[in-house]
Amino acid sequence: MSSIDTSKVATSNRTDAATASKPGRAGSLATWADDRLGLASAMKKNLRKVFPDHWSFMLGEIALWSFVVLLLTGVFLTLWFNPSMGHITYEGSYDQLRGVGMSESMASTLHISFDVRGGLLMRQMHHWAASIFVASMMVHLLRVAFTGAYRKPRELNWVIGCLLLLLGTLEGFTGYSLPDDLLSGTGVRAADGFLKATPVVGTYMSFLLFGGEFPGESIIPRLYIIHVLLIPGILLALIAAHMLLLVYHKHTQWPGPGRTEQNVVGYPMLPVYAAKAGGFFFMVFGVIAIMGGLMSINPVWKFGPYDPTKVTAGSQPDWYMGWPDGLLRIIPTGWESVIFGYTISWNVMLPILILPPLMLVILMLLPFIEGWITGDKRDHHLLQRPRNAPTRTAVMVALMTFYGLAWAAGGNDIIAIRLDLSINQITYFMRVAIFLGPILAFWITRRWCISLQRHDNEKLLHGYETGVITRSPEGAYAERHLPINPTSAYTLTARDRDEVYTVGSDTDAAGVDAPNSRSEKLRAKLSSWMYSHNVQKPTRAELEEAHHHAEHEAELQAGLDHPVDGHQFDDHRLRDTTDVPLRD
Amino acid sequence: MRLLNRTAGRLSRHRRGPLAGLAVLLLGLVISGSLFTAFSPAQADNQPSETEQVAQGKELFLASCSFCHGQNGEGVPTVRDGYQLGPSLVGVGAAAVDFQVGTGRMPMASPGQQAPSKKVVFTDEEIDALAAYVASLGPGPAIPDESDYSIEGLSEEEREEAISRGGQIFLTNCTACHNFNGAGGAMPRGGYAPSLHGVEPKYIYEAMLTGPQQMPNFSNGNLSPEEKRDVIAYLGSLEETPEYAGFTLGGLGPVSEGLFAWLVGIGGLVGAAVWIASHTTRSNKSKVDA
Repeated sequence: MSSIDTSKVATSNRTDAATASKPGRAGSLATWADDRLGLASAMKKNLRKVFPDHWSFMLGEIALWSFVVLLLTGVFLTLWFNPSMGHITYEGSYDQLRGVGMSESMASTLHISFDVRGGLLMRQMHHWAASIFVASMMVHLLRVAFTGAYRKPRELNWVIGCLLLLLGTLEGFTGYSLPDDLLSGTGVRAADGFLKATPVVGTYMSFLLFGGEFPGESIIPRLYIIHVLLIPGILLALIAAHMLLLVYHKHTQWPGPGRTEQNVVGYPMLPVYAAKAGGFFFMVFGVIAIMGGLMSINPVWKFGPYDPTKVTAGSQPDWYMGWPDGLLRIIPTGWESVIFGYTISWNVMLPILILPPLMLVILMLLPFIEGWITGDKRDHHLLQRPRNAPTRTAVMVALMTFYGLAWAAGGNDIIAIRLDLSINQITYFMRVAIFLGPILAFWITRRWCISLQRHDNEKLLHGYETGVITRSPEGAYAERHLPINPTSAYTLTARDRDEVYTVGSDTDAAGVDAPNSRSEKLRAKLSSWMYSHNVQKPTRAELEEAHHHAEHEAELQAGLDHPVDGHQFDDHRLRDTTDVPLRD
Repeated sequence: MRLLNRTAGRLSRHRRGPLAGLAVLLLGLVISGSLFTAFSPAQADNQPSETEQVAQGKELFLASCSFCHGQNGEGVPTVRDGYQLGPSLVGVGAAAVDFQVGTGRMPMASPGQQAPSKKVVFTDEEIDALAAYVASLGPGPAIPDESDYSIEGLSEEEREEAISRGGQIFLTNCTACHNFNGAGGAMPRGGYAPSLHGVEPKYIYEAMLTGPQQMPNFSNGNLSPEEKRDVIAYLGSLEETPEYAGFTLGGLGPVSEGLFAWLVGIGGLVGAAVWIASHTTRSNKSKVDA
């Protein structure tokens, strides 16, 4: 309907011809611009673009807005930061380090912190925003995974998102390494060790990165250009691609009456989402500003300049690098093998060089693996509730458990001193829990989801629990159930039945092996593993039977209705079932 | 003169009163006491002699320490080879006793990985006596004097240099266990390097000198007395410096920062998202657009 231009239609029903009135000043300016830029038609479409309303759809926005804060504060910091490893003596305002020799990058960081107006606030906002940027990408990722939003057609956007997470992490690492303080220097030294643990090419890679033996004089300028140009450039491009695909695919929505795979029910960009998203930007900015203003982060002046002979307790990377560090902390130290006189350090390779990239690959492949098992080639714009995909939900929770345990292991020393535990016992516990925890989490989550599915079916078939207990003449007690309203019933049943994939005959009519029979068998096995335990929604016949039964019950209880419900004197009785929201 | 006579006369009138004797007695006591305090030779007789102190210390030691350290402070081994109930105290010196007992670490409440600092159970005098007794067992470091660890006597410039030098020594020798902030850190098997916040300079000096529990011993050949003093000066300056950056979040480094990024940052912002989504738009039904 928006394709009909109503601006030239007469506003009255008089008989003489209508003419367009003379445009106002703003109107003529807009016309002038549109004649040259042609934005009107694009804007007309996009300003009316509809987004569905749900809090979990705004998690990615936290990442977007904290990235904007990162760009703003980052530009401020570049005005004073000097990425040089040139050696100077600090003569700034911070007493405890005056007269201490350090690199120019450390000195300029101290200068920003103590001698540039607002510099410390900007540094801390930049750092907090970075932590929140990566964290919000992760919660956004979890939302997308748990609701099945990564299914066709959004698999590639999922992959882009995973790459954004990887790049955000690398961007964070290169960023917090720049001040050349004791803590980050320890991190860079660790990174050097990881590079060198790579078989055959390790030493060459280390020499390439550091421009010679560690630490050399090149690493800070190189990290700087990676941090301010290379990765942000790729990040920006991928964010643009991520959002263009979002616009192209349109946003997913929760199922419900009136919501189909062909439409999007929600509010338009202008004015509703422009206001909401714009307001949310200021909230993100505000939270980051408050944190930057009130809460200390990375107090480099206490670490002092990097010096390979020094180290501090509590030397951890920022949180998003914490889980590989945790794996490194719990891996048995003796896992090394010597081949032709060369040491292969499995104890470094496994937790740092093998597992994290493997986890990333698994993450990126999730939608493709699921798509292959289900064989589902349809587009999906309606989301699934996590309980309605029990295996997927359980796989994600298992991955989260693995991540969480590794992450906690990365803070083992802090956990030990804060909770009065032995760091050794934590390590032993983690070595077992890292294997058992995900399995246990998978099993619990899947059974939990299936129970919730069963509960949904009970609500559909028997209604919801009213909390009204009736006593029969025989003395038996029973709780009355009332049917849920049609909207809730529609929403609960708006899901597909799971179909377990079964392989046809192994051989065709002529006795020739069917193509791909082995992979098809595997697929069937996985499909059965994924779906066979699920509870399917009731059939039409079952629902009708249940309704018939409910009506019969209601008839039986008709006479009892008045005296037993116990709500004569309040307003509960006045409500009918349509007022009762979907309860779960 | 007349006035004086009159006052004397008035006083004299009471000379046989019931309280007169008591008043004179009190006056006499006050005068003689004051005179004694003013003119008596320095209280040599009140201060217990070295020998007396050692004897008193030994009694206290036998009652409170000997169960683990042995009746002569020789240490008590357990049946497991290399393990002991309490180590030998021969040669640990008065400084070790002053540190362990003065911070409440000794006597230990229960055996454990490490003796925690707790309420001090002995008076200063008793601690001195114990220290004197243990010092008598063999030569060891003495309790440091305040001039050993104070930078009061230095000029402003020297003080600043001492502090920044102390900071670098601290980062080289201490932060590996005690953390960059002196907030403490974990040691193997449930041990820990305690927080250095609010610890008296004397005890920090003694700890460096004697290496209590899992701490290494920083002898004077290792860290000169001036260097020990500088470390203490740096720690003092940290406590005096305002926290420019805001709440330190425990001063534990990136772990607590990450915790707060999630709890406050993501927690707050997800809350904001929920709030925004729940306050959805309402179209005004009375106004119908063309």
